[in-house]
Amino acid sequence: MVEAPPKEPRELKAADGVQVELVSRIFETKRGRVEALAGMSLRADAHEVVAVVGPSGCGKTTLLEMICGLQTPDSGAVQAAPAALMPQRDLLLPWLTAIDNAGLALRARGVARDEARKVAAPWLERFGLGRFERTRPAELSGGMRQRVSFLRTLLAGKPVLALDEPFAALDAITRQEMQGWLSHVLESEPRTVVLVTHDVEEAVMIGDRVVVMSPRPGHAVCEIEVTLPRPRKRTDGAIVELRERALAALGVET
Amino acid sequence: MKRLGQALPAALLLVVLIGIWEVYVDLHGSSFSLVLPAPHQVAKSLYTDRGLLWSNFLVTAKEVLLGIAVATAVGFVLAVAIHFSPTLRRALYPLLVASQAVPVVILAPVLVLWLGFGLLPKLVVIALVSFFSIVVTTTAGLAAVDPDLLKLMRTFDASRLRTFRHVELPAALPSVFTGVKIAAAVSVIGAVFAEWNGSNSGLGYVILQSLPQLLAARGVAAVVILSLFAIALFSLLTVAERLVLPWAYRSREEHPW
Repeated sequence: MVEAPPKEPRELKAADGVQVELVSRIFETKRGRVEALAGMSLRADAHEVVAVVGPSGCGKTTLLEMICGLQTPDSGAVQAAPAALMPQRDLLLPWLTAIDNAGLALRARGVARDEARKVAAPWLERFGLGRFERTRPAELSGGMRQRVSFLRTLLAGKPVLALDEPFAALDAITRQEMQGWLSHVLESEPRTVVLVTHDVEEAVMIGDRVVVMSPRPGHAVCEIEVTLPRPRKRTDGAIVELRERALAALGVET
Repeated sequence: MKRLGQALPAALLLVVLIGIWEVYVDLHGSSFSLVLPAPHQVAKSLYTDRGLLWSNFLVTAKEVLLGIAVATAVGFVLAVAIHFSPTLRRALYPLLVASQAVPVVILAPVLVLWLGFGLLPKLVVIALVSFFSIVVTTTAGLAAVDPDLLKLMRTFDASRLRTFRHVELPAALPSVFTGVKIAAAVSVIGAVFAEWNGSNSGLGYVILQSLPQLLAARGVAAVVILSLFAIALFSLLTVAERLVLPWAYRSREEHPW
């Protein structure tokens, strides 16, 4: 006897996931209505890394802000465990040192400065920033700034991380390093991650699953499972093939 | 050496202007110099009247420094209130602008009636003419914080107050300094006007007394001291800003002006 598979869609299995269902969002601007999202759906199970790729202006940032509870959909439903945002630009506070920037989320909750530093210090060490604890952002490299920015989001202690094109502003070499670094960190520090990017290679290198979005109004056109073990190699035939599939779904000729 | 070189154009210009002034007055005869004294007469007054000028300068300097302190406190509090409440912004801003249109000559005698001949009415006048720039620049600084940063703080569950304390306030501090620097220059004029009503000391009082006594050189000497004082205040604030907010001074020019 084999039990029949359930007909209902799978329930959110852990409390730490994200479920976005047929969400639409319209902005009224001076130049008329802009339909950012129309019927967008997305699921990220607990500790799953979902990469969302799409063309510029397809509502990716709107999607992340909904997951973070910063916006509400006009229709559809968003169920998400508490999420912390990592913004596209690092947005480190120029007057704070690396360690105090990293601990900002703790300070935001009312943790005393010394306590926040105690929490952040071992992490900076682990992220290779131990020597730069007392350095202000202006004197850090782009890659280091992004690591501090990621740490700041991580230390918010939320089960869900919403990463908004975190490496878009970096040069090509640093970006590749940071992609490897992020994969590595998430191996040892699993979180539910929704990573928005316009870089298809980044999506298949980091994601457990890649969701391809259409141009505005954005909705999911294709989902690609990436079951390859980590660390992944860019030149791996399977990676290249997945990248081609994602690009094809985006309508890009290769 | 480089800094000295940078100051050279200003020094040269000053020398030329003073030279023109000197020649101009000398050409117009001694009766003219009763109204507009020549630079050498002013220099002479600066030396011979130094005791009188110094003791009155101390009076004015105290009024100005206290006045700026009051203006900064009031301006800052008003800016924060306006920042937190759109209703207050709508209620207060027209009044604040209107307050700047009230001529001090009308107001100062009334203040003397209300508050007497002491320090208090002077402080009110100085604060009144100088607080406005602090309100305007501070409100602008508080409002200029990157909206994405505020979103970030919301995802960190920061309360309104903690967002203010950790993000908005530090971000606005350079703007506060800008407002105080403008206030410093204006407050010196404020002090002179304040001393023209119900006072018997201060450089403003010296100016007021010198002109009818045909001691114009002394009056201009007082003005020279006031100008130097304003420059000193401004420079001091610039240095203080660099020490307190070094992060805001990465790519800006060496010179404050």
